[in-house]
Amino acid sequence: MTANRLAESLLALSQQEELVDLPKDYLLSGSEDEGDNDGEREHQKLLEAISSLDGKNRRKLAERSEASLKVSEFNVSSEGSGEKLVLADLLEPVKTSSTLATVKKQLNRVKSKKTVELPLNKEEIERARTPLEQEIFNLLHKNKQPVADPLLTPVEKASLQAMSLEEAKMRRAELQRARALQSYYEAKARREKKIKSKKYHKVVKKGKAKKALKEFEQLRKVNPAAALEELEKIEKARMMERMSLKHQNSGKWAKSKAIMAKYDLEARQAMQEQLAKNKELTQKLQVASESEEEEGGTEEKVEELLVPDIVNEVQMNADGPNPWMLRSCTSDTKESATQEDPEQLPEPEAHAVSESEGEDRPVAEEEILLREFEERRSLRKRSELSQDAEPAGSQETKDSSSQEVLSELRVLSQKLKENDQSRKQKASSEGTIPQVQREEPATEEEEPLLLQRPERVQTLEELEELGKEECFQNKELPRPVLEGQQSERTPNNRPDAPKEKKKKEQMIDLQNLLTTQSPSVKSLAVPTIEELEDEEERNQRQMIKEAFAGDDVIRDFLKEKREAVEASKPKDVDLTLPGWGEWGGVGLKPSAKKRRRFLIKAPEGPPRKDKNLPNVIINEKRNIHTAAHQVRVLPYPFTHHWQFERTIQTPIGSTWNTQRAFQKLTTPKVVTKPGHIINPIKAEDVGYRSSSRSDLSVIQRNPKRITTHHKKQLKKSSVD
Amino acid sequence: VKVKMLSWNLDNYIVPRNYDPTLHPFEVLQEYVRVLNATKLEGVFAKPFLAWLDGHRDGVSCLAKHPKSLATVPSGVCDGEVRIWNLTQLKCIRIIQEYVLAFVGLLFTVGDDKTVKQWKIDRPGYREGEEAITYNIRKDTGIDHHWKEAVFATCGQQLDIWGKQRTNPICSMTWRFDSISSGKFNAIKTLILESCTSNRNIVLYDMKQATPLKKVILDMRTNTICWNPTEAFVFMAANDYNVFTFDMCALDTPVMVHMDHVSAVLDVDYSPTGKEFVFANKSQSREQRVICVKWTSDSKYIMYGSDEMNIHLWKANASEKLGVLTSQEKAAKYYNQKLKEKFQHHPHIQPTEQCIMKEEVNHIKHSKPGSVPIVSEKKKHIVAVVK
Repeated sequence: MTANRLAESLLALSQQEELVDLPKDYLLSGSEDEGDNDGEREHQKLLEAISSLDGKNRRKLAERSEASLKVSEFNVSSEGSGEKLVLADLLEPVKTSSTLATVKKQLNRVKSKKTVELPLNKEEIERARTPLEQEIFNLLHKNKQPVADPLLTPVEKASLQAMSLEEAKMRRAELQRARALQSYYEAKARREKKIKSKKYHKVVKKGKAKKALKEFEQLRKVNPAAALEELEKIEKARMMERMSLKHQNSGKWAKSKAIMAKYDLEARQAMQEQLAKNKELTQKLQVASESEEEEGGTEEKVEELLVPDIVNEVQMNADGPNPWMLRSCTSDTKESATQEDPEQLPEPEAHAVSESEGEDRPVAEEEILLREFEERRSLRKRSELSQDAEPAGSQETKDSSSQEVLSELRVLSQKLKENDQSRKQKASSEGTIPQVQREEPATEEEEPLLLQRPERVQTLEELEELGKEECFQNKELPRPVLEGQQSERTPNNRPDAPKEKKKKEQMIDLQNLLTTQSPSVKSLAVPTIEELEDEEERNQRQMIKEAFAGDDVIRDFLKEKREAVEASKPKDVDLTLPGWGEWGGVGLKPSAKKRRRFLIKAPEGPPRKDKNLPNVIINEKRNIHTAAHQVRVLPYPFTHHWQFERTIQTPIGSTWNTQRAFQKLTTPKVVTKPGHIINPIKAEDVGYRSSSRSDLSVIQRNPKRITTHHKKQLKKSSVD
Repeated sequence: VKVKMLSWNLDNYIVPRNYDPTLHPFEVLQEYVRVLNATKLEGVFAKPFLAWLDGHRDGVSCLAKHPKSLATVPSGVCDGEVRIWNLTQLKCIRIIQEYVLAFVGLLFTVGDDKTVKQWKIDRPGYREGEEAITYNIRKDTGIDHHWKEAVFATCGQQLDIWGKQRTNPICSMTWRFDSISSGKFNAIKTLILESCTSNRNIVLYDMKQATPLKKVILDMRTNTICWNPTEAFVFMAANDYNVFTFDMCALDTPVMVHMDHVSAVLDVDYSPTGKEFVFANKSQSREQRVICVKWTSDSKYIMYGSDEMNIHLWKANASEKLGVLTSQEKAAKYYNQKLKEKFQHHPHIQPTEQCIMKEEVNHIKHSKPGSVPIVSEKKKHIVAVVK
């Protein structure tokens, strides 16, 4: 009804306005062809009347069809308006019409209202009729959600009020930056995901695993409960692994490798790695959780634990890398600690374990420091509270002071890091300096900042959670923070902790971590059961180490190989001549550009044959073509190779010797002339004087003696 | 106008030269290349075979060197024919119908009719009959002439020493009854004689004392012996399958054992320089079996008679130039010789085949340690030395 009325009034108003606006037009419209057009106009009117019959009583405005050249005030056509124009009407002022005033008022009112309210009546909404509606209203009320006009929660309102423009701008900029960063990261991640190189991914995975491990360590220190959950996840992964046949040489890949393994060393290694992975994954990890439980206890408990742990650590340190080595030479301890012997893996592991156990020790000191920090914060808050003197200030103070807190935290964390480093350096000696490894507050503050977005709650669950959070915060913040330990521990028990962890998880990818670097995971916890089993093996190792304590053959070999590889690499040729094209002299080096230009880079040689053989050095220097020309065995008269080499190295040719020396050197021992009879050598030839008597005379002198002597001889001899 | 060419013989000039070793680097490598080239060229110019002397109707059984004439070579065949050859003309200059078992250069022939006949080398004059001085001997098979005196020794049942124009031997020597296959005069210590017997013995005799000095018993029969013309104490004994170089003073160990023969060594001869020697091997691997071999007195050629019924003449040094050498050629030759000597141990210069007694080594390897005694090759073949 009201709508109809309104429409009518509107129509009336428009008519009025037309009347106000168009008097001139009517005046201008063609008056001379008045008479001719009359019949036509009548017809038009009739048509309009007929068309208006079908409910929509739209009225078409009269149109002026043609322009007239002569405009006179005397012939004003009255077409378009229903009645004939009277002069009196024209003379009267427009205002006076009372009906129009009311219309105008109505119009104004309409204009002031921007939107149409729906549902139109508040009272109607307030009255919740159905039980469902009632329930919803209850919920909304409970959570202080906006039900009525301004769709803002009280908290939001408060924040809106609390935030000044500059702050808001700053905050917005920060958020923008964060989002931009995130997008960069996303793009980067996408790009990296597209890389096909297996090696690259391997390296990345390794790095990730390392990082995750670090984070986990930190989490353990800071938030044992969360760490426990993480461990549970690892346990779950183990279970999954045990259930699945993933790393058990039954897959397609593994089968293909098994075929290749006979011939290919790499394939064999890959298979072994897989099996080792399976073993590692299915190993049971237990003990770490115990230490965490201990950590959950009170301070006194921690202090009780303090002494034995220290003792423990000292002991573990004492037999850290290799007790035999330690005993034999104390000076070598550092070296042995730093050396990267693959065989010494179990020892460092134990060492790490001891560290993890002894972690309770620094906790007390941490707490002292943290308490100090909390105190300071609370003091500052109080001063701010007094300044602002607002009831809702608890939240806003947090927000406003967050920047300062952040900066302070950063400074603190840096200090802590430094402390940590110093502690690592003095790992063996007892750390008496108060140490805190907690960077958690900082990260906690930072992360929400980064991830925060001006989002509206969407689901009921989220709403609920939000409400709870509000309650917690409301409860927590007004409380004096000096209570210390409990309040400090509360963040761990907060329900939002898992949520946070979820976010973290996305970054880490637990499965990934396990598959890539299980040995490091192993080092987290003490495999006590495994230890018992491996005891014999370890003993044997110990024995071996004891036997070969002095000489580290493997390292020597590796060093040797490294040197061999370095030596075999082709060297760059530097052809720079100092002083050409620039100033030269003492202390002046040729410019880098020049050096770059004249440096001939050696082409990369073919890959070494022993590239994939870690235990082998293949000497590729030996050239078989030259070796075919070389003497294999040291010739007879020489007793040492340098003697022989020296004889070879002295040249005898005329190029290196004078003519006479050459002749002397090359004269043969025996020179024969063709056509000359060489008689047998005589005593005279070598300087002896031969007897002048002839042989014949000698023989002829004693012919008789021969026979007698001969007979004697015959008697004596009894051979054959 | 007659223009005389300037002589540009390098030997007439002393060319100034800087011998600074820094200016002539890589001396070893350069010399190595030179010696490599020399050895290769040696192979290229190797033309060892000179000629063969054709005419015999049976396998040549004995050869001899004339002590005064290089070109004259007598050769005897089993069918009773002795031919005297002129090597320069490569012609037979004389044929003597005589069954010979052995002879020496001055043409003392040992016939199978128990006579030694001395022939004239030159062809008899017109209407002159063949006249030969004949010595009646026992059934002897070998003969050697003294290097200085007009004395010769024959060997058969015993060793007889004959003077010229005598019907009986001056003295005869024997060590038990043995058939002596060959006896030789020492070329330097001319009083010393040596004989090899079918009894596997080598016996040394002193002509002065007219007694055997000592003897060595080998494990196999010695076919022939040969004194070194430059080293008075050294002789060589051609054994079946092995040739031993002995020092007369130490007969219990030979100086060297020359192994690796496929068959029995029938003849052996020293080069007149005493540095090299040549064997005649019975094996038929390359030629028909060689029965006798001689190294000519100027040490340039080797000749041998074989079953092929002719006498082969070879160069002793296969790549040697036969004509007159210029001084540069000579220098180059000497230089190359020296280089070869220097680099002789390099595999590409003189490929040395390692003779490994594989069988023996394996025998030792696979038997109980100590059960097989390791005997050196030199000691192995010596049974005993008797004085």
